[in-house]
Amino acid sequence: MSDAIIEPEVKEPETQVVSPPEGAGEVNYTILPKPDSSGELLEVAMGPQHPSTHGVFRMDVVLDGERIVKLKPVFGYLHRNHEKIAENTTYLGSMPYTDRLDYLCSMTNNWGYALSVEKLAGLQPPERAEYLRIITAELTRLVNHTCLVGFLLQDMGALGTPLMYAFRQRELILDLFESLSGSRMMCNYMRFGGCRVDLPAGWLEQAKKVTNDFPRFFDEFEKLLSENEILVARTQGVGVLTADLAINAGITGPMLRASGVNYDIRKVDKYGIYERFNFRVPLGDHGDVFDRYMIRVLEMRESLKILGDALRDIPAGPIMDPKAKIRGFRPKAGEAYGRIEGPKGELGFYLISDGSPNPYRYRVRPPSLINLTLLEDMCLGLTVADAVIILGSVDIVLGEVDR
Amino acid sequence: MDLVEQVKSRVEAAIAGSRLEIVPNDSPSGQRSLLVDAEHGVAVAKFLRYDMELRLDYCSNVTGVDWPEAEVSQKVKVKKVVEGVEKEVEEIKKTKRPGFLEAVYHLYSMEKKHGPVIIRMRTEDRAERNHLPSLMPVWRSAEFQEREIYDLYGIVFEGHGDLRRILMWDEFKDHPMRKDYREPDDYEYEPTPHDEVLEKAKQHASQEAAP
Amino acid sequence: MLGEGIIKGMAETARNFVGSYHDPERMTTVQYPEDKIAAKENARNFPFLVFDGDDAMKGLRCVACQICEKECPPKCIYIIKDTVKKPDYMGKMQVQAKRFDIDISVCMSCQICVEVCPFEAIKMDTEFELSSTDRFGGLLLDKHQLAKSNEYYQKIHPTEATEVDTRLAEEKAKAEAKAKADAEAKAKVAAAKLASPSQSPPPKA
Repeated sequence: MSDAIIEPEVKEPETQVVSPPEGAGEVNYTILPKPDSSGELLEVAMGPQHPSTHGVFRMDVVLDGERIVKLKPVFGYLHRNHEKIAENTTYLGSMPYTDRLDYLCSMTNNWGYALSVEKLAGLQPPERAEYLRIITAELTRLVNHTCLVGFLLQDMGALGTPLMYAFRQRELILDLFESLSGSRMMCNYMRFGGCRVDLPAGWLEQAKKVTNDFPRFFDEFEKLLSENEILVARTQGVGVLTADLAINAGITGPMLRASGVNYDIRKVDKYGIYERFNFRVPLGDHGDVFDRYMIRVLEMRESLKILGDALRDIPAGPIMDPKAKIRGFRPKAGEAYGRIEGPKGELGFYLISDGSPNPYRYRVRPPSLINLTLLEDMCLGLTVADAVIILGSVDIVLGEVDR
Repeated sequence: MDLVEQVKSRVEAAIAGSRLEIVPNDSPSGQRSLLVDAEHGVAVAKFLRYDMELRLDYCSNVTGVDWPEAEVSQKVKVKKVVEGVEKEVEEIKKTKRPGFLEAVYHLYSMEKKHGPVIIRMRTEDRAERNHLPSLMPVWRSAEFQEREIYDLYGIVFEGHGDLRRILMWDEFKDHPMRKDYREPDDYEYEPTPHDEVLEKAKQHASQEAAP
Repeated sequence: MLGEGIIKGMAETARNFVGSYHDPERMTTVQYPEDKIAAKENARNFPFLVFDGDDAMKGLRCVACQICEKECPPKCIYIIKDTVKKPDYMGKMQVQAKRFDIDISVCMSCQICVEVCPFEAIKMDTEFELSSTDRFGGLLLDKHQLAKSNEYYQKIHPTEATEVDTRLAEEKAKAEAKAKADAEAKAKVAAAKLASPSQSPPPKA
């Protein structure tokens, strides 16, 4: 190299070459594509501390102007290795930890785990316990969907008004949870073979009052928002997800049904006593953000129907299976996979037991993590603002993504 | 369940050379799984996805399991001479089962609404020969889950396309979910350390005192 | 008309705004810490140890069986048994705990310790304003700080406490009745022996 002219070093935009792990074979690991526009690409980390990313979640976006060229989600900031803790704790001791997986919907997390252990050990909860489980699960679905609706609108810039209206209704349900199980969010209510504690006096009347007041809230919300031109313009046609791609990528829950696929585990597996209830499954046509938002609003109305029937028909009786044990619970060696339709998608628990009080392998199938697989596919070619809304419509909770 | 035997016979008929084994399951759930050999993994997966009767288009869950080396004791009938008479006696024979890592796939069908069909693939050992074919080209839902298994267990999936760590940071060295993983013992403050926490804290203090 | 939807929405917001001045349903803010919402009866925050009677240490129901220590998921309870025994509510001599620590910075209020305790000794409190300025050990509650009286338990969880009290009173009554029956039977045998000494059985060969 002559020392008269020193060439300035042109930095290639491909700055993120990750070296392949040893023995991984001949695979191309460059993350960034070659740019085909003459301008430079801007790499932005929509970093873990961000008000719109629903928790400690990072999106590495590569931007060409305002359009997204590549998007890689990075998470693991909330990884607490829940699965390893469960290998050192008894089956009952993991139940409070399942509350903290998807911390907005603790009752359905508990139910998923209880269902898997009951499959593993062959326990059958009595009828009153099944009704209690359905009531709390549908209340949890209401809680989660109000949160989502509020936060999605806040991401769109509504600065908190619809969020606070939604949370005003959510507080009523959290009060119900507090008088039932003792805690507003971390309920720890289900047990293997039934529920922990029975309804206190006056709970049914309070729950009926809350359920009867909810449609008024929906009507108010729809008057507030569903004809709003800004909402319609920002969400229709944005983040379209086709049905084939959704099925292949394992998307479940409202996101899948918004793309038109009729798969609701409450209707397919018929776990619990969902067969006795008459409810519809709303399906979307286009698979865009507007469909996902409207599906959740319609699902809330269906949940109210189920709640009305369940609160009316709940029988008296015991709430625990007489064969179930609290201490010294040792299921037979074997494995089981149990799944429920959580508010975010299919929440599954895979348990391998070797006859000891601790599970040998405990695995949570997190719906939020699997639903994030197609985040990049949905966001390509759109702007950063759209990416925020699409992430909001995927409905992730980092406690579940990272466990 | 008949489903498992039927699936096994169909797969073995369709794909030449594949060897499947039914793994028993004694618990009341009765979910038996099929052990698929690693060379025919992708072919079996493609067949399961596109076959007209099965149409398993939804891969719900991909799990990694660590089976370290273990002693398996079996009751064996052995002919022995006892007090002058040759009899058949039951003896307990202990064999060493080598360690391996395993990936378990739970497959459902959204079209036909049946399932689950559970398939497993095992690596040869836990150290160097820990490669398995990636089923991500068949089911995209395996993308993040296989990355997680690579991160936490160390199974290298060939053909994945983007195998990096997903939950731990990129420069992390070990594989946390393995049974022989030793966590770092840098406790800031423990108010009442007892049992194993006390042992670890003592070791850590003595390491810090000595350079 | 473009913008009609937005104006309809704003009408809704205006209704909420005006309503919040006079409609109690729309006034949902509670000015904490001046006003506090009363805790629900079943609310749970952190555990406490129940004692009967007046003396905290003598009346503690805990017998240091260490079941709660084993079942606690995050292992926040630490118990050391004492060598000195003390009488419990039925009069029998029971083991007591020399040291009973709960680290409430670790405790996750799951209530499993309450569920598994066979002696109704540990229950859930509703107090949550427990912050401390001492980072090392300020949130470690020991036996004396954890012990609260049965009257306090009656005050915060009336239904549960009455149920526990009735059950314990029943057990005590049964034990007393059994003791009385045993004493009467013994007295009868002793009286029978005194009345006819020749009827004593012959010694065994």
